[in-house]
Order: sequence, then structure tokens, then C-alpha cells
Amino acid sequence: MQQIMLLIQYTLVYASVLTLVALGGCYSERSGVINIGLEGIMVMGALGGALVLGCISPDLPGIVIFLAAVLAAIVFGMLFSLLLGVAAINFKADQTLAGTAMNMLGLALATVIVKALNIAASGGSNNSAEIAYTATREKLLLAQGTEFSMFMILTAIILAAAYVLLYKTRFGLRLMACGEHPQAANSVGISVAKMRYAGVLISGALGGIGGLVYITAGVSKANFEVGVAGFGFLALAVMIFGQWKPHRIVLAALLFGVFRALANVNNGFDFLTALNLPQPVYNMLPYIISLIVLAFTSKNSHAPKAEGIPYDKSTR
Amino acid sequence: METKSVQKDKNFFQKLLAHPGFRSFAAALACILIGLLIGYIVLLIINPSHAGEGMSTILKNFMTRNSEKLRLKSLGNTLVKTAPLLLCSLSILFAYKAGLFNIGAAGQYVLGAGAALYCALALNMPWYVCLLAAVLAGAVFGAISGALKAYLNVNEVISCIMLNWISLYTVNSVLKDFCPVGYKDTFTLVSKNPSAMLPTLGLDGIFGNSSVTIAIPISILIAVAIWIILTKTKFGYEIKATGYNRNAAKYCGMREKQNIILTMVIAGSLAGLAAALLFLSDFSQWDINQSSVPTMGFNGIAASFLGGLHPLGAIFSAYFIQHITDGGASLDTRFYPVQIADLISAIIIYLCGFVLFIKLKMLKASGGIPQKRPDMEADIKHDAENKKGGDK
Repeated sequence: MQQIMLLIQYTLVYASVLTLVALGGCYSERSGVINIGLEGIMVMGALGGALVLGCISPDLPGIVIFLAAVLAAIVFGMLFSLLLGVAAINFKADQTLAGTAMNMLGLALATVIVKALNIAASGGSNNSAEIAYTATREKLLLAQGTEFSMFMILTAIILAAAYVLLYKTRFGLRLMACGEHPQAANSVGISVAKMRYAGVLISGALGGIGGLVYITAGVSKANFEVGVAGFGFLALAVMIFGQWKPHRIVLAALLFGVFRALANVNNGFDFLTALNLPQPVYNMLPYIISLIVLAFTSKNSHAPKAEGIPYDKSTR
Repeated sequence: METKSVQKDKNFFQKLLAHPGFRSFAAALACILIGLLIGYIVLLIINPSHAGEGMSTILKNFMTRNSEKLRLKSLGNTLVKTAPLLLCSLSILFAYKAGLFNIGAAGQYVLGAGAALYCALALNMPWYVCLLAAVLAGAVFGAISGALKAYLNVNEVISCIMLNWISLYTVNSVLKDFCPVGYKDTFTLVSKNPSAMLPTLGLDGIFGNSSVTIAIPISILIAVAIWIILTKTKFGYEIKATGYNRNAAKYCGMREKQNIILTMVIAGSLAGLAAALLFLSDFSQWDINQSSVPTMGFNGIAASFLGGLHPLGAIFSAYFIQHITDGGASLDTRFYPVQIADLISAIIIYLCGFVLFIKLKMLKASGGIPQKRPDMEADIKHDAENKKGGDK
């Protein structure tokens, strides 16, 4: 029973991360910009959040710590996502290349910043890339000793908001128009560049929060040399499996979350222990599952029609 | 080319800028200079008093050593790592010619390393068998991504990333039985199976470095071979045609699905070979505890784009990237994190995204801005028109 509770907790934690980041990817791609750089955005958001969690006083009320960390993650994620915006929207760069560069840049930049801070703080003796935040992390939990945290509530709110914003508001419909047929959108007076910037910045904010949730999942220190272990890409798989629709994304995220959680808690289940699978198999499971899922869902995917294509006014 | 008719009234610079090769070279140089400048600014921010010294450590690399002998040995170390980097970059650029972004070079490299070391340490095979095993292992993973792309429309970037992690966990667990007790690195070949080491042909004597092997000439020969395949053969032509416009290639009777898979097979085997060339040199051992995919494959992206996506350009750019990475590794860790070099490479890759824009500006400056942009067609590998969106 205890193991099932643990599995549920971890599933919800990882599903929160994947939902947030996949929603970010969804907004970016719906506006017409492929965001392969989510992994890097997550790392930068995690950096912002970890810096706040590491520095802020643990005596403050939990909600203040929470809001400060989330705000920092949003700001870092958004600023970093501007790199993609500038390259893809203003300079019509190859979006896959720019995103890949951002992943490497995010990891290298976060490592360099954290190491430089540690080196400066310790006078050269500590050159690790770790930030610890044991005391402040406990403040974010809804019940001590569990993994239920304020982030899950935030994820639920964001999910609902993302759905309403995308389907029920003028902004969302315009955003989607820019990803489907930017020429048509532009011809009725919508600024494609502005909408795409909005999409990219929202993905930066959500990716940043996702990174923060990831580094606080079950651990109380972040090692920036490791980054976020491919979660940005898993989120892209979740987004494709969710067919770029927020309400489907959350279901896909829950499915992936279960498999990722199994990597943490598989040894507590009798029937899994009986199978006697080695630990690396559980570590691989989320990636294998996503490959299989992609193989079955990509053929008839409903990707935004104009994603990845720089908008050129002269093609109108 | 297209500018012949207007070539008469141009000055020297305009003539130079009208040459596509020069534009590639100048754009790469611009990326490097801006990347280094930003790197220098980062050094200044972290610790202003040692920034100049730090930058010169990165740029000089082996030249900072005290004696001629040490310099040669150190240069040898850089070359040993340049060979796999060059092959990874060839893997990426070869796939890119067919319109595929082989970010899976990193995973194909990991699997190649696993296959080579397993054959060497577990099966006691000679070096050529290990080499072949690595090539095959890389090819298989390449084929998976290629087949998923060709038949099921799975985005190759995402399938490659998934395979990267799968290969890392697989290789870590397969090789964990081949480490000396209490160590996280696998056995050295010298201690277990010297016959698996690549022959040196006397190169080790020249550099005074036992790790300098035929890996280096092999990698250069393969770069030349890739250049010949891409420019002089029918297969190379078909690959490029598929890259420009998959549907047009199909319309012309090319078997575009087979070409996509074959391209990924070749790209995968190049990345697998890359790993074999490094690990069969016995230069470094596999760390079974590593929790992230080795950066070699990702740095290959930097090298291939910096080299203007030209196989021969990749030789120089691969050396440059490895040169600054090794230079960065010898930074004084009391003042600076060694990842500064990674940061510079990442900035350079990011800037490579602007190369098209820079080249277009140069083309304009040369006075030869063509009406129907024929030259851009040669420059743009991913022409927007042939992607047609929804490419997932």
C-alpha cells in the first residue's frame, strides 16, 4: 500500500513536469515555432528557481518561497527562450539547429554560473556544480514526508488556464492561426512575429517552471552538470502523443509519469520483483515507451501546418 | 555562377564575396570570433584579473607546455580526440545533406563504444573485429531512426534523443562487469587485450604518445571519401536531392525511403566508428557511472556546421573545437570552471544558425543579389518550401 502511494506521488510529480513543459512546447509549436530547446530552457528555469531556493531564508512563509522560486524560474526561462525567438522569428534561422544549440548552451551556461558562484563563495576549493536547498524545499511540500507539493496545484491551474487561453480567447485562436496559416492570419491584420514571440515566451515560462519542478522532485539538491536528463525531449514526445491539445497532453503526461516513477519505486512491488528486471531496464522504460508511442502516433499526426517554417511576408 | 554577367564592374572585395567558398569561410570565422568574444566576456565577469591568462590558455592549448617533447605529446592528445570528433561531425553533416538532423550521433557513438569494448574485453577479439562491431552497432541504431522516419514519419530528432538515453543505459550496464574491482572505468586494453589496440604505424614514436594511432589518418581519409561520395557519385546526388525536396526526389524515381534509411545507416556507422577510434586507442576508458550522454556527438554538430557542412571543412573545424575544448580543460580550476569551452562551442553552434543570414548579407555586399535567388538554393539546406510543415 505504501508503495502504491509512493508510486502515485512520483507519478504526479513527473506528470506535472511533463505537463508543464509539453504545454510550453504546445504553445510554441501552435504559434509556428518548433521548440527543440525545451531541455535548455528547463535547465535555465531550474537554475533560476534553485538560486532562489538556495539563497532565500527558510523562515519565510512557504507561499512566499514558492512564488519567489516560480517567478525566478519564469524569468530565467523566458529570457533564455528569447534566444530561440530572435533566431527563429527575426533571423529565419534553422529552428532545429537553434534549439539544439540552446540545449547545449543552457547546460554549459548553468554549469558555468553555478560553478563560478561556488568557486567565488569558497575561495576556489569548491568547484562543484551543485546547489542544495533542503530546508526551503520542505516548505514547498503540502504534507511533510510526501512528494505532494504546491507545484501540483500550480500545474492544475496552469493546465486549465492553458486550455481556456488556447481555445476560448481571441489571443489563443490568433496564436493557432499563426501556426496553421500565417499568411491568412497576417492578411487580416494579425502580427505573426508578435504572436510567435508570445508562443515562444510562454513556452519559456512553462519550460522554466517545469525545470524547477524537476529539480525539486524527490531530491533536495540540483547538480547542473547532469541537467534534466532528457525530460525536455520526453515532453516533446508527450506533446506529439497529446496531439498538441492541452487536455490530451495531461493524459499522455500521466502515462509517461507512471513509467518514469517506476524507475524510482520498482523494488517495492512483488510482481515487479518477481520479473527480476535489472534497474537499467526501468531507467530506459520511459524512452522506450515514447519511441513505441511515437511510432504509432506520428503517421497521422495533427501537427500545426506551418510549424518550423519561417514566416516570409512575400509569400502571402 | 549566376553573377558572371555582372562581374565586370566589381572591386576586389566584391569579387571575393561573390565566391561561395569564401562566404562560408568568412561566416565561420565570424561565428568563431563572436563566440570567443562572448567567452572572453564571461571570463571577465567571473574573474577579471585572470581573464587574459584564461583566454590564452584556451587558445594556446598544447603550446603552453614547457618543452618541445611535451608540446608534441599534448598535441597528440588533442589529435587523438579530434579523430572521433571529425567522424561524428561527418556523421551529422552526411545526414544533414539528406535533410535529416542526426542528433543521435551521440547515442550511436555510445553504442559503438559499448560494442568495441565488449568485443575487446569480453570476447578478446583483435582490433579490426572490434572496429567492425562498433560500425555495425552504430549502423543498427542509425537504421532504426531512419526506418522510423521513412515509414512511420517519426521525427528523427526525437527518436534519436530517445535512442541516446537507451544506448547510454544499455552500455553502462553491459560494461559494468569489465571494470577492475572498485573502479568505475573499464579495464585498459593494454592490461587485458593488447591485440585490440589500433596499430600505430610508428605514429606513436613521432608524437611520443602511445595513443596516437592510425585513427588519425583513417579519419582524414574517411572525410575525403565522404566528400567524394557526396560530390561525385549518383548516391550522393540522390541524397542531396532527397534533402532538398523529398517529394521531388520521389517523383524523379529515386527510392527516397531507402535513401533515408541508407543515409542514417551510414551516419550511424560513422558515429560508431568514431567511438571505436577513440576507445581502441586506449586513450580513455568507459566510465560506467556516467549519467549523461557523452558530449562528443553533440560537439560534432558544432564541428559540422562550423565547417560549413563541407567534409573537408569539418577537418579544420573539428580540430579547432577540440583545440579549445582541451585548452579549456587546462584552465585553472581555482578561478574558472572548465565548462567555459563547452559554453564557447555552444555559442558558436547557436551563431551558426545565423550563417545563412550572414551569407545573404555578404552576397548583397558583393553586389550580386540575384532575382530568383539561385545561390540561396545552394546555401539553404532546409528550404522552407520542401519541409511543408507538419513534419512530425
